[in-house]
Amino acid sequence: MAKAYTPGLKVAACTMFRARRLLPVHGEVLVKVGDLVKARDVIARTFIDGDVTPVAIASQLSAPASDVAELMLVKEGDAVVAGQPIARSKGIFGFGKREVVSPSAGVIESISATTGQVMLRGAPVAVEVLAYIDGRVTEVFAGEGALIETDAVFVQGIFGVGGETVGLLRMACARPDALLDATQITPSLKGCVVVGGARVTAAAVRAAQAVGVAAIVAGGIDDADLKAILGYDLGVAITGTERLGLSIVVTEGFGDIAMAERTFALLKSFEGREASVNGATQIRAGVTRPEIVIARSAGDVAPALAAPREAGLLEIGTPVRLIRDPYFGMLGNVTALPSEPAVLGSGSKARVLEVACANGTRVTVPRANIELIET
Amino acid sequence: MSSPAHAVPSMLEVSKLRYILATDCGSTTTKAILVERRGEGSAADAGSWRQTQRAEAPTTVEEPFADVTIGVSNALTEIGELAGRRFIADDGTIIRRSHEGDPNGCDLYISTSSAGGGLQMVVAGVVAQMTAASAKRAALGAGAIVMDTIAANDKRKPHERIQRIRELRPDMVLISGGTDGGNVQQVVQIAEQIAPAKPRPRFGGEYELPVIFAGNADAAPQVRAIFGARGEKGFDLAVVQNLRPTLEQENLGPARDKIHDVFLEHVMAHAPGYDRLMSWSDAPIMPTPGAVGDILQRIAARDGLNAVCVDIGGATTDVFSVFGGVFNRTVSANLGMSYSISNVCAEAGMENVLRWVPIEMDERELRNRVKNKMIRPTTIPQTAEALVFEQAVAREALRLAYVQHKEFATTLKGVQQQRTVGDLFSQQASGQSIVNDMTLDLLVASGGVLSHAPRVEQTASMLIDSFEPQGFTQLAKDSIFMMPHLGVLASVHAPAAMEVFERDCLVRLGWCVAATSAAGTASRHWGKKCFTYRVSGAVSASGELTCGEVALVRVGIDQEVEVVVEPTKEFDLGAGFGKSVVRRLKGGSAGIFFDARGRPLMLPEKEADRKAAVARWDAVWST
Repeated sequence: MAKAYTPGLKVAACTMFRARRLLPVHGEVLVKVGDLVKARDVIARTFIDGDVTPVAIASQLSAPASDVAELMLVKEGDAVVAGQPIARSKGIFGFGKREVVSPSAGVIESISATTGQVMLRGAPVAVEVLAYIDGRVTEVFAGEGALIETDAVFVQGIFGVGGETVGLLRMACARPDALLDATQITPSLKGCVVVGGARVTAAAVRAAQAVGVAAIVAGGIDDADLKAILGYDLGVAITGTERLGLSIVVTEGFGDIAMAERTFALLKSFEGREASVNGATQIRAGVTRPEIVIARSAGDVAPALAAPREAGLLEIGTPVRLIRDPYFGMLGNVTALPSEPAVLGSGSKARVLEVACANGTRVTVPRANIELIET
Repeated sequence: MSSPAHAVPSMLEVSKLRYILATDCGSTTTKAILVERRGEGSAADAGSWRQTQRAEAPTTVEEPFADVTIGVSNALTEIGELAGRRFIADDGTIIRRSHEGDPNGCDLYISTSSAGGGLQMVVAGVVAQMTAASAKRAALGAGAIVMDTIAANDKRKPHERIQRIRELRPDMVLISGGTDGGNVQQVVQIAEQIAPAKPRPRFGGEYELPVIFAGNADAAPQVRAIFGARGEKGFDLAVVQNLRPTLEQENLGPARDKIHDVFLEHVMAHAPGYDRLMSWSDAPIMPTPGAVGDILQRIAARDGLNAVCVDIGGATTDVFSVFGGVFNRTVSANLGMSYSISNVCAEAGMENVLRWVPIEMDERELRNRVKNKMIRPTTIPQTAEALVFEQAVAREALRLAYVQHKEFATTLKGVQQQRTVGDLFSQQASGQSIVNDMTLDLLVASGGVLSHAPRVEQTASMLIDSFEPQGFTQLAKDSIFMMPHLGVLASVHAPAAMEVFERDCLVRLGWCVAATSAAGTASRHWGKKCFTYRVSGAVSASGELTCGEVALVRVGIDQEVEVVVEPTKEFDLGAGFGKSVVRRLKGGSAGIFFDARGRPLMLPEKEADRKAAVARWDAVWST
């Protein structure tokens, strides 16, 4: 039987989810192995160097750079407050002395006799790392952070914006092919992770921002709407730092596209539970996809197990999603994997496969244009 | 060009080499080629060097493998199966040939790399247009991606500059500034802003960030004091000759060589598996674009050509040029056909993309298609309509990348010009682009959308529409993107590299013969006679083109013809306005493209006229 490998997005009812939560620089870890943590708990903290502000002493005092050291009222390592005089000119016969005051609070880091410039280092900035998911600490990286593990529902989206957030999962649509519009966004959704069906509209996102929704999960979004929401045309798919007040995760792609039924059903079965969402997406080397994670508890019903399938293996019967026009978004199962390349409508030659689609049609598409639906 | 740090094994003299393996470890794929010296005999290519096999395997720099040599071994194993020789031993290492009749192994193994995002640098100088531009040229020429250019006049406040440096995670920093004996203060000021920002290197942890100082020699002691000795402040400073010793002179060699050294000693040594890969390689591993630049320079120097090479990838587009022996390279970081396709449409504007499309397309739908390609970058166009749109995007990506290249590849800025009375009539300002489309001899295409276009005419027309060559320009494509391999091979065995380049690497598409008019006048001549052409020899053809028309004459790769073109007085084909040109040419897989659309290429303003014109050109070039 012909086989091929292709990547896919993960949609799992039960998986061991591991979150490696690390500080950007060395700091203090506040948890120990075995601790049970909640998603919003701070597990590590550090302080990073404050911002540096150069102060051009020589030019402000009209003095040569080499004289700056003797005009300084403070020395390297001294702490200063905003408005504090830090240098003073000699004046003429002691008259007409001028002063330079510190523009902000900080510590004098360096005084340069070459440039006449003083570097003022601001107060340290606190950086905290949250647990992100409910789980157990299984490993501590001294001075860096911790590994948190939990049995979880794990859904990867294809694209997202906005960073990490946590909220109760609420279904706003009854069906996976239903549009998510502003009318479905109510004040009761404040702080929630709202799940739609197919496309989410710009009006729905604006309504969600107004209500204070934590995150929106939907099948698709129009690029024109995304542009309106962001305020600019997204050029490069590196996201996660947008400040929209909420995160958005689309599970299928751009345009009018229904959420995969399996994804929708899975999320629906966990309605009311707390979900961790990260919209950060990076589609370059070292790809990052947005995600929805729901920690499972002991009382959760074990999911029905599908027949084991080798990860990433493409074979007859494999469920796939077609990811390029003219069949974009259609779901189906592989029915043939011819080994010889075929000539496409574009005139190019490529290896293809045949898919029986859920709507009853049978289509032949390039192997590059499908995605496995991982279980 | 850097010299090899490893000597070629002494027991195998260059003259005795027969099997050479070369790999290019890209971000996603490791591509291997086998270059063989043909046995002596009566065959046409007896005794010559040929590329005989190629294979590829996924690159294994990232987790869970985190060892680049696994991907290299996989690619070399496959190439061995194709060649009927074993190149990989059971322990995963490369087998070397022990004697002339050995049925397994190679004589030489070399590699380039752009895995893990390639070489990423921050460059700095005092004046953005002068020393900082020279520093950027040095970094790009060495094959780096320049993350940011810091300069005293970059319109940022000092604290903004410091903040920016803090956010970046470069592999190394290159600082220039000041001419030798000139002002010390400003370059020291730049160093003072970089040091406290403490940029964190990508590979983190114990890695000391390499800093290369190539500025005013008089400032070196202060710069040394600012960055401290090794192990003191987290920097590893190297001081080399000033890359702009005088305003009139650029001396990029020492800085480029140092960048290559640091790339090998620091960056490569910290990338997963590269210590092992370096021990396998018989020549220093080169950054992929650096190797492409090297081979292009060698070819241009050997044949006395002005040449441009473009490599359009998923995320970036590299443009290399050699004009009058001066080499330049630019990387357009966010112009590409998959990861960056959305950015091409945003930067060019959808209306500019759609001007190349002769059929009706819904813009809302197209915007979604573009984003879907961006988020699923490995998909390929299935329908003819999808291909038309993708090639329209490619035209705009290439056009923008070439515009950026022309703006960057200039004569030195800031040079004071001494003029005589005679110069009053031919004044040339400093900072002019050295890219002259009329003197361009060879345009080489590389990258998926160009190399894998279903028809060679499509590749040629994309090049013509986006680069707008003038006069006579030969068009070619890199058959399987082996210029990186040949670039590094040239550092060890230049004759073999040149021979393979000619025979197997370069696929000659043909020629573009294009008329240019005085700037901005092309549309005025639309519909009027532009030039006549006459082809004789192996193929005979003749015709008259009005402005706005194109023609294609099929002349095969081995067919030689004489081409005579006679422009009207408003047009120039290389000899001057209204002057005829006679050239003897060898054809190509597509033929000779006669282009009477004028330069700059203007499309009809009315949508219906534009669609009709684009459809007509496509039809002519498809016949």
